Amino acid sequence: MISTFLNALLFQAGYNAALVALGAALLGIAAGSGGTFLFLRKRSLLSDALAHSTLPGVGIAFMVMVAFGGEGRNLLGLLFGSTVSAALGLLAVGWITSRTRLTEDTAIGAVLSVFFGFGVVLLTVIQTMSSGYQAGLEGFLLGSTAGMLFSDAIVIAVGGAFAVAIVFFLRRPMTLVSFDPEFAAASGINVQRIDLAMMGLVMAVTIVGLKLVGLILVVALLIIPPVTARLWTDRTEHVVMSAGLIGGFSGYVGAALSASAPHVPTGPIIVLVSFALFTFSLLFAPARGVLAAIIRHRRFRTRLHRRQGLLALANGEAIRDRPTLAVLRREGFIRRDGDVTDMGRQAAAKVLRDESRWAMARRLHQDNDLSGRYDGSTPIEAVLTRDEIAEIDRRMGRPTLLDRSGDGR
Amino acid sequence: MGAEFVQLSLTPLLIGVLAAVACALPGNFLILRRQALVGDAISHVVLPGIVVAFLITGTVSTWPMLLGASGAAVVAVVVIEAIRRVGRIDPGAAMGVTFTSLFAAGVLLLEQSDTSGVHLDVEHALYGNLESLIWLSAEGWGSLLDPVALADLPPELLRMAAVALLISVLMIIFWRPLKLSTFDEGFANAVGLPTAVISFSLVICAAVAAVAAFDAVGSIIVIAMFICPPAAARLMTNRLEIQVLWSVAFAVLSAVLGYVLAGYGPLWLGGANAVSAAGMIATVSGVILAITCLFAPHRARTGTPKGN
Repeated sequence: MISTFLNALLFQAGYNAALVALGAALLGIAAGSGGTFLFLRKRSLLSDALAHSTLPGVGIAFMVMVAFGGEGRNLLGLLFGSTVSAALGLLAVGWITSRTRLTEDTAIGAVLSVFFGFGVVLLTVIQTMSSGYQAGLEGFLLGSTAGMLFSDAIVIAVGGAFAVAIVFFLRRPMTLVSFDPEFAAASGINVQRIDLAMMGLVMAVTIVGLKLVGLILVVALLIIPPVTARLWTDRTEHVVMSAGLIGGFSGYVGAALSASAPHVPTGPIIVLVSFALFTFSLLFAPARGVLAAIIRHRRFRTRLHRRQGLLALANGEAIRDRPTLAVLRREGFIRRDGDVTDMGRQAAAKVLRDESRWAMARRLHQDNDLSGRYDGSTPIEAVLTRDEIAEIDRRMGRPTLLDRSGDGR
Repeated sequence: MGAEFVQLSLTPLLIGVLAAVACALPGNFLILRRQALVGDAISHVVLPGIVVAFLITGTVSTWPMLLGASGAAVVAVVVIEAIRRVGRIDPGAAMGVTFTSLFAAGVLLLEQSDTSGVHLDVEHALYGNLESLIWLSAEGWGSLLDPVALADLPPELLRMAAVALLISVLMIIFWRPLKLSTFDEGFANAVGLPTAVISFSLVICAAVAAVAAFDAVGSIIVIAMFICPPAAARLMTNRLEIQVLWSVAFAVLSAVLGYVLAGYGPLWLGGANAVSAAGMIATVSGVILAITCLFAPHRARTGTPKGN
């Protein structure tokens, strides 16, 4: 198993498998970066409607090809049919949202279910009209690379490369449009045309992904990598790039895994590889991850305990809160027996002065947002300049030694 | 017509109608709350729930499956919410991440486990098998009064009827808080309604409807019925009470017309075999929605600016 997996990773598992892995990687790159534009416009689920509405097209294309005496399973023909019906589905979503008062999510759900339902009707028709032929069509639901023809693999690899090329050449205007359409329009970009290109790109990814991942799961390739990338960075171009990398990696590893194990369908495994990356990111991403949030929260608590503990020391109040005592003891402000150290006295005096400065600052600047910056733990030096603090000190007068009220008056 | 209709068509028809109504009722609130795609997400995650239930119990029996599916729906809702809050991700994308991954896990589990001896596969989960829910021991309309024959009714019928009844009753009881929190959540909060609980209960209610309907008719009908009849009804009226009635009417119409077209349509066109009833019901509901989009009295948006 391990060695076959390594073989597949290194393109040694046969020509078809290598092409499929390459195609999956290219598709992943295109889907990840293309999906970013959708994600940034908060229209991720539009791709779900798009993917589901390919099914009737597949069915009709099959029937037409059989009616003209063909074999019916020609991948290019089927993909052409699915492109047409996906475009119709997309138009239907747009039409419903612009012409009626229904919201976009309703339109997406309606188009998705109705097109898919109609596709299923067509599939049953095909089943009755020529049993034996239809076996290949079921593969469009969940994707299958088993028994894939060489020509199919070529179609996928070329399609993936084509989609990557679109992303590469249009990345600047697409980034701009998805980030700030008004600004893009003002800087002379034809927003509608770029939007159309974006949809075309998403459609291309979906269609190419049909055979590989299947129409139910192809949306995952467009959604999960951008969301994962978004957890790591706030810069649009970085999101686009890392989403492409994550998508490409998932596609490649997933295809290799699928090639090395007999009963592992390609689509689900690619999706699960990208989901594993997503889970890892959700836990460990520096700014938005769970771990980072926990650390941030703990730091904030320590800061509050330190501050309130020192204030209590300065005001000569007894401290009974155990966490506060622990923090003060750990940082050397009090000794084990509870006596205040010299360092503790200095720190307490400093905190008390800071608190008085804050009180004065809030009295002086009631009308601006300075008051909102007061959270009981931020030192005033972090917010105001030295000159402003000097001004506050001047207004407060000489520091008084025995000011125990704590409000600086 | 008589005897054969009762034996072969009456029960699937009733089950289809009940499933459609059970899904359309909560769907009214889902589309007003802009949660239309929750139904879509739920019907995808039902699959892993059922597979896990099968792997644990080793049999395809009703209650473990219903429990597994409901559990999966709850897990999905919690995960979506967690991703949305922790990662600060837009809800649509959070939903997309969750349901595709869970569905992929379900498919993979299904492929990896030995289900050759039982009737459990992805196609079944998608299309259901409405046509096979026939009432074998019925001999005509008289069988409706015959206790022996009644005992042999497909269990799905009773289950679906119970769920449809439960959802209707819940909706009548909680009508006012539900309506209030749907239209003005801030106000509902201010008068002391637990809006978060209401919102979560609605999703659970939708999940129960989805799971019960899914068992009988597959997930296509579930998604279509959550959205299409309520959406069409929304274009017919401005009053929620009337909208719910319209949505029930549309759901019943879709189910009956869809079933009849699927069963007899091909015969009229000269074909020999019926087509998928589930798919046809979804298609008919889409046609109804398209007609209301074109002609319904309240189709236009009023007051709000375009593109909002």
